[in-house]
Amino acid sequence: MLRFVVRRLALLVPILVGLSILLFLWVRALPGGPAEALLGERATPEAVERVQRLYGLDRPWYEQYLRWVGNVLRGDLGVSTRTQHPVLEELLRTFPATVELALTAMIFAVGVGVPLGYFAARRHGTWLDHASVAGSLFGITIPVFFLGYMLKFAFAEKLGILPTAGRQDPLMDAEHPTGFYVLDGLVTGNPEAALDALAHLILPGIALGTIPLAIVVRITRASVLDVLHEDYVRTAEAKGLRPATIRGRHVLRNALLPVVTIVGLQVGLLLGGAVLTETVFAFPGFGKFMADSITARDYAVLQGFILFTAVIFVLVNLLVDIAYGLIDPRVRTA
Amino acid sequence: MRRYGMPLRRTMAVTAGLVLVLSAAACGGDEETPGTGGTEAARGSTLIFASSADPAILDPAFHSDGESSRVTNQIFETLVATEEGGTDVVAGLAESWEVSEDARTYTFKLRQGVKFHDGEPFNAAAVCANFERWYNFTGLAQSDSVSYYWVTVFRGFAKNEADTLGKSLYGGCTAKDDGTVELKLTEPSAVVLSALTLSSFGIASPKALKDYKADEVSGTAESPQFTGTFGTEHPVGTGPFKFGSWTRGDKLELVRNDEYWGEKAKLSKIIFQPIEKAADRAQALRAGSVHAFDYADPADLESLKSAGAQVLERAPFNMGYLGFSQRTDIMKNQKIRQAIAHAINRENVVKTKYAAGAKVANAFMPDSLWSYSEDFTKYDYNVDKAKQLIAESGVSNPTLEFCYPSGVSRAYMVDPAGNFQLMKADLEAAGFKVTPKTSPWSPDYLNSTQAGDCPLFLLGWNGDFGDPDNFLGTFFQSFSNQWSFRNEEIFKTLSDAEKEPDQAKREALYKQANTLIADFVPGVPYAQSPSFSAAAKNVQGWVPSPVLNDKLASISLN
Amino acid sequence: MSLSQAETVAVAPEETGGSLGRDAWRRLRRNPVAIAGALLVTLFVVVALLAPWLAPYPPDKPVGQVTPVSIPGPSAEHWFGLDDLGRDEFTRVLWGARWSLVIGVVSLLLGMAGGLLLGLLAGAFGGWVDGVVMRVVDMMLSVPGLLFAIGVAAMLGSGLDAVMIAIAVVNMPIFARLLRGQMLAQRRSDYVLAATSVGVRRRRIVLGHILPNSLTPVIVQGTLTLATAIVDAAGLAFLGLSSNDPSIPEWGRMLADTQRYLSSAPLLAVFPGLAIVIAALGFTLLGESLREALDPKYRR
Repeated sequence: MLRFVVRRLALLVPILVGLSILLFLWVRALPGGPAEALLGERATPEAVERVQRLYGLDRPWYEQYLRWVGNVLRGDLGVSTRTQHPVLEELLRTFPATVELALTAMIFAVGVGVPLGYFAARRHGTWLDHASVAGSLFGITIPVFFLGYMLKFAFAEKLGILPTAGRQDPLMDAEHPTGFYVLDGLVTGNPEAALDALAHLILPGIALGTIPLAIVVRITRASVLDVLHEDYVRTAEAKGLRPATIRGRHVLRNALLPVVTIVGLQVGLLLGGAVLTETVFAFPGFGKFMADSITARDYAVLQGFILFTAVIFVLVNLLVDIAYGLIDPRVRTA
Repeated sequence: MRRYGMPLRRTMAVTAGLVLVLSAAACGGDEETPGTGGTEAARGSTLIFASSADPAILDPAFHSDGESSRVTNQIFETLVATEEGGTDVVAGLAESWEVSEDARTYTFKLRQGVKFHDGEPFNAAAVCANFERWYNFTGLAQSDSVSYYWVTVFRGFAKNEADTLGKSLYGGCTAKDDGTVELKLTEPSAVVLSALTLSSFGIASPKALKDYKADEVSGTAESPQFTGTFGTEHPVGTGPFKFGSWTRGDKLELVRNDEYWGEKAKLSKIIFQPIEKAADRAQALRAGSVHAFDYADPADLESLKSAGAQVLERAPFNMGYLGFSQRTDIMKNQKIRQAIAHAINRENVVKTKYAAGAKVANAFMPDSLWSYSEDFTKYDYNVDKAKQLIAESGVSNPTLEFCYPSGVSRAYMVDPAGNFQLMKADLEAAGFKVTPKTSPWSPDYLNSTQAGDCPLFLLGWNGDFGDPDNFLGTFFQSFSNQWSFRNEEIFKTLSDAEKEPDQAKREALYKQANTLIADFVPGVPYAQSPSFSAAAKNVQGWVPSPVLNDKLASISLN
Repeated sequence: MSLSQAETVAVAPEETGGSLGRDAWRRLRRNPVAIAGALLVTLFVVVALLAPWLAPYPPDKPVGQVTPVSIPGPSAEHWFGLDDLGRDEFTRVLWGARWSLVIGVVSLLLGMAGGLLLGLLAGAFGGWVDGVVMRVVDMMLSVPGLLFAIGVAAMLGSGLDAVMIAIAVVNMPIFARLLRGQMLAQRRSDYVLAATSVGVRRRRIVLGHILPNSLTPVIVQGTLTLATAIVDAAGLAFLGLSSNDPSIPEWGRMLADTQRYLSSAPLLAVFPGLAIVIAALGFTLLGESLREALDPKYRR
């Protein structure tokens, strides 16, 4: 097992090194190069020269690269040209909100998707099955921001329930020791604040969770169908075991394995989707910050955030692999 | 109006049928507006104001954006102020003032018994310390993006570090006695008094400025970083509200200054919550989660009214224009400029994209400002005339590069991309070919228009104080890259007008300037529009200021 | 967004032959999902091609007076009403199909070409070439799709060409990995071994046998990718990465620009939104049923 983990970790190194080179070169490839990216269109030749000297941009590229990597490893991701605060500070400030949102989306996707997929498979060929297949195809194709708009229209505009902006009512006198508002409410003994934060998560969570939901439904349905046709299930049935026992002990447990993998794969989808969802719902997280940085062409932020996302994405997938290896020994040697 | 979240007295735990795991508190009772009937009395006097963004910095000397000054206007006060809801100069921290005959010496009698929030006394020495601070800025603090208004009004510093800065208008500040300040100018100026109403000239506690290292600026001129904490955690002034706390992206809290010298604020607290999009702010107000917001989208006004909210109108003190940079040959051609002026259906642009109450602008200043009169050349919408002028211009197949900004909405330009599209269609109908170019408002768009890179560009101006100089002088008093033309007659008329102490003569000079400008067609003014604010039904006493100098201390909730 | 990443379920290699084609066609025709998909796709393509003749009004000129608070909704004269500038919304939605088709097809072809080239390199040569190419592919896949596209588009500056290239680049590694997997599988298949043993030249084997046989799943993936490309382009437009000319009737942009009218003219954003869903759904349904038809494993 340890060897498996080490091998998987070693595989990450070239990916991360390559990615860092790519992102480093990315800023160099921007129209006008990094100095102009920093200066905007105010880049007079003198200003460019000044900035180039200030940031060592007149050195050979590999030297600059090593310096940049050194800075990144020390946590220095540069300064946001839009807010004039360090990129790392902005990242740490906005990321908890997005984690909270992504978790909500995932809980929604799995909580609804697994039962739905399971029952669709159990009632294979019925209207429920067809509806869930059609629904999941629809869920996959509907753009997140369009869905968000419709949710906003229905729940906030027409029905007048559920908030559509922010993370928490500003009147909540809530402490935020962790930055995760729901958790904060719970640990500071302020359940009102926690509930309020949760209410703010519902609509964006549903919008963001819909594509994962569709995928989870499909995977669960397919995998339950597979398992239902496995010999051991038929044997169990032949043995006369109670249907509930069969479902619980054999079908569901085996069918959920692929779902676990899929959940890991969704992290990238969620982080990308958060950019759109948070923009629609004025949710002050990582994605909203990123979207604002695009509009302002804040390259330092884009560079830092993309790198960070990639690292998270790769690490989560590693964890999923390891978890999978723990569950299923065959993977370790594969 | 339903609301959610707030005092959860009648909270229902709603478990939406499709949400198995989440159960959430939502949709409380049916209270009509926030703050009413709250269980705690304190909540009744907390105003939640939806701003459009976080402030850049809370140091008045260093900000030039409306969201910063909205907050600092409550914390700091200026020597002279604007009347509530208007632009006339009234007493502020100075009870009275005298201007010498040569318009070079201003003497201010200060209010007595005023204290800064940190307990330091407000007196003549404190005022002069502020002026000296501004005048002695060095390094990055001198750059346009940092101390914009000082540079605009006082032109330069003790030691100028850039060629673009001029000789400073500031000639010294003397504390005659504890309550008398004498401000000297190096040249006569009729504008300084109005300019001192700008929130950027708010008087700060000299001790706090020093303790919290207000003047420490690092980074680059284009992207300055404020390393001190004065502007982020410890802004200390004399105003009716004190700084409370600030979590960026989430909320900024001000609390009542109970030691305030004048009438104390009725609100115990103001919370500013940044909600970027106007439609989201409107929805938050309709839902009852905020009390008030600014920059309402004209499209939302009807729905706000029908939801029972108040819509407040700021008198138009702005103008939107289509500017020309005469750097290229085609824009130097006066016939082409006139053709453009005739080609654009300004009436339609204003009708389509602006709220009722907006008007077509004909001059580069609002028609409500003194010295405005309509005896200058006007350009009506006339496609045939435009075609004819193009034919006379000698330019065949005229192509115009046309820039418009993204990510911005102003009263004078609610939807820049919309204005652009309408104008593009008009220009094409007259026989122009249009090449679109767009960039984000700040910094790219502002920079490229200021540099004169855009032959055609959409811009506008919201007046800072009630003087034609703030409009005409800002645009056309001297050569600028933005317009890239030299017209000595216009330049001279405007600088004479700025220095002229006699009001009647000034008025005549500005009239003449408007005539000259209209004939020269440096651009096409097309819109002046009221801007709109909205407030919940129970918000009382908010008087929107045309120069965005709102004092929120007059607000109460019932 | 990274739908295509999640969906890169490789289709099992096919034994080819006329019978399979006929078999697949028979299965497709009998599948209601396929028919629904084909109908939607046909509708989309026909509208895109014939937009200038179908559209009742010019797409970029105001045809009626509107104000921010009175934007006429659907009527007999203007089926979808007017937009916020007084243009005919129905006309613009029709024209939008054309732009979506262009964006979808161009970015797909670019992405496919790039991906196929990479995959071909890796699959045909194997060894260290394969190693390097696949590490690059891994790297590209380690950035979530939308963020990747944002990065590329931001690098190229604004404009539709930047958007198309960005989407293409994001799709490249997916095609590369798919094709490589196929080619590896083919290389070990019986008929290739047979061809090698009778002395057919390597290049001929690759180009004449392996490549054509590997293309079936690529076609399936391509159909699905068209759907994501249309949705992704709309997403980028939503974030402000789109054409410089806002008068171009592009669905994503139309949707983004009219969100402001949520309270006064909510339908303005709904029409382009539904158009995106219809187009994307069409290609997804068609792609899914193609996959089923071509893959015996899915015959359940």
